[in-house]
Amino acid sequence: MRLANQTLKYLSISVLVVIALWSTVFYLFMLEVIHDNIDEELENQKRLIIQELSTHPTVAPDLEFGINNYKVREISEQQALKLRNVYKDTMLYMQDDDDPEPELEPVRMLTTAFEHQGHYYELAIINSMIEESDLIKNLFYSVVILFVLLVVSIVSINKIVIERLWRPLYSFLDQLTRFRLGKTQEKPAMDTKIQEFKDLQLAVTTLIHHNEETYEQQKQFIGNASHELQTPLAIMINKLEMMAESEELKKEQSETIAEVLNTAERLVRLNKSLLLLSKIENKQFLQNEDLSLNALVLNMMVEFEDIADFKQIKMNVVQKDQLHVHMDSALANIVVSNLLRNALFHNREGGEVNIGITDKILTVSNTSAHTALDAGLVFSRFYKSDTASKGTGLGLAIVQAICHLYGFVIIYRYENNQHSFQINMHS
Amino acid sequence: MKVLVIEDEEDLRGIVKASLIKEEYTVETASDYGAALEKVSLYDYDCILLDIMLPGGNGLQILDQLKSEGKSDNVIIISAKDSLDDKLKGLELGADDYLTKPFHIAELNARIKAVLRRKQRDGKNTLTMGNVVLDLNERCLFIAQELVPLNRKEFDMLNYFLLNKNRLVSKSALAEHVWGDHTDQADNLDFIYSQIKNLRKKFLASHADVDFEAVYGIGYKLVEK
Repeated sequence: MRLANQTLKYLSISVLVVIALWSTVFYLFMLEVIHDNIDEELENQKRLIIQELSTHPTVAPDLEFGINNYKVREISEQQALKLRNVYKDTMLYMQDDDDPEPELEPVRMLTTAFEHQGHYYELAIINSMIEESDLIKNLFYSVVILFVLLVVSIVSINKIVIERLWRPLYSFLDQLTRFRLGKTQEKPAMDTKIQEFKDLQLAVTTLIHHNEETYEQQKQFIGNASHELQTPLAIMINKLEMMAESEELKKEQSETIAEVLNTAERLVRLNKSLLLLSKIENKQFLQNEDLSLNALVLNMMVEFEDIADFKQIKMNVVQKDQLHVHMDSALANIVVSNLLRNALFHNREGGEVNIGITDKILTVSNTSAHTALDAGLVFSRFYKSDTASKGTGLGLAIVQAICHLYGFVIIYRYENNQHSFQINMHS
Repeated sequence: MKVLVIEDEEDLRGIVKASLIKEEYTVETASDYGAALEKVSLYDYDCILLDIMLPGGNGLQILDQLKSEGKSDNVIIISAKDSLDDKLKGLELGADDYLTKPFHIAELNARIKAVLRRKQRDGKNTLTMGNVVLDLNERCLFIAQELVPLNRKEFDMLNYFLLNKNRLVSKSALAEHVWGDHTDQADNLDFIYSQIKNLRKKFLASHADVDFEAVYGIGYKLVEK
């Protein structure tokens, strides 16, 4: 959920609650004020009426609320002494201009008693009252209008605020998403006066700076390690090659040189593979382009043709569909070449290599003298099913590292007496 | 032919020099940035082998200097860094080739010959040894003026051997050059033997006066009979 919608959700719920509470309190308070007002008015009327009645020698009972809005009747002394000022809400038939016939309307009635020349009288005075249902109805409508108005203003204010205030953040986020360590030259930046955003930018810049330093150090280390190891290896191999050219060598000496040379070359391959592996893990290859795996596999099969012929291994390819992939071409070459090489070198004489290509999956299977390998170990560095093998034991580890880099899923299976490696490139 | 070797490692400089003398080139060496810059500005060379990491400076700066004088096209960069950035920068500055350490002597020879041949520009683009003539433009082989059919790999192999006449070509150097860098397992280079056998059959059938000489366990030499 976007920040704007989330804010809106919380704000409207809280506004609803606040308004509901406020309108209840407001209603009760209003009612109280109205009652007080009417009661004061009734009190005043009572005083005026009693004063007026006292000027007459006798008080004629007036038993109906007429134009005077009061009625008087005589009562006994005991009753009069018990009677205090009583205010109460009651209903009376009244007829307004717009009423076709009298309706029950709420009124406030004060009942009291007074004494005049030894006689006791009960006096009831009424005053028309506000209708509570009308009040509630009107109040409810205003509250609803208020709520809608508030929500509308929240939405529009939110929109403006998000667009204005949060714009730097969204642009910053966008820059961050596109940022690639060691690739993007410009650091993500935002033009803002807001302290929190400034802090965020500072934190991100510091983090990127630190990462770049580490990345640079690692890159330099790889470069240095490569330099430090490759030059001695070059000297070793070239000296041996020059020595082997010498005419005076005996057969045994020549064979010894051959052995040392082979060992040195194993070292070279090991060093190259380790460097490649760390380069992949440091993501130093990301010259991605659109590639056709079909074309790549067919080219690579030509490269391996002579080796396959020599071992009398049949290479078959079944292309069910075109497999397109967006990746570094050097790495794509390594994946295909390592899988094919693996399938050829761990094969048996007269065996076969079967390659399958669908629009998502590349499968390379091979016959072998060995039975199923440990699927949990087959991609481990330096894992060798056959300890006599002079391979580096890094070929499949490199393939797996490349798959991880691009989010491909690689699995090993042993089925139909064949070792099978399957890469899902669009999972 | 005059070749300059700019390399700070004394041992490597020595071997490369010895190998180039075998090819009957005049060889000069420089071991640091200053000496190298002095030599390239004073003399003209047919080919310059340039190490990038040098004491006192970066080899790419020397290349820059050579480029400004229009002399960078005969430079082969030799670097221990298999870094794409350096490679691109080097080739952009006009270097002819980029060779990553460690390399095989045979590969270095082949690369130098390619630079030198491009410099000659006498129109002829053939490699000759005895009565064997390999035409690089038409990609075909003549033995005693007779056309001998070759497949692509056989052509590449013979080309490599003719660039390394009378020199040892190790099996791994040959495999890397002809079959690409896909030959991880040293124990599986035996297939090269059958390829050599095929070529030898063609030599015999056409009465070529060259032949392969095996160097035990290491590789082969192409020699005149």
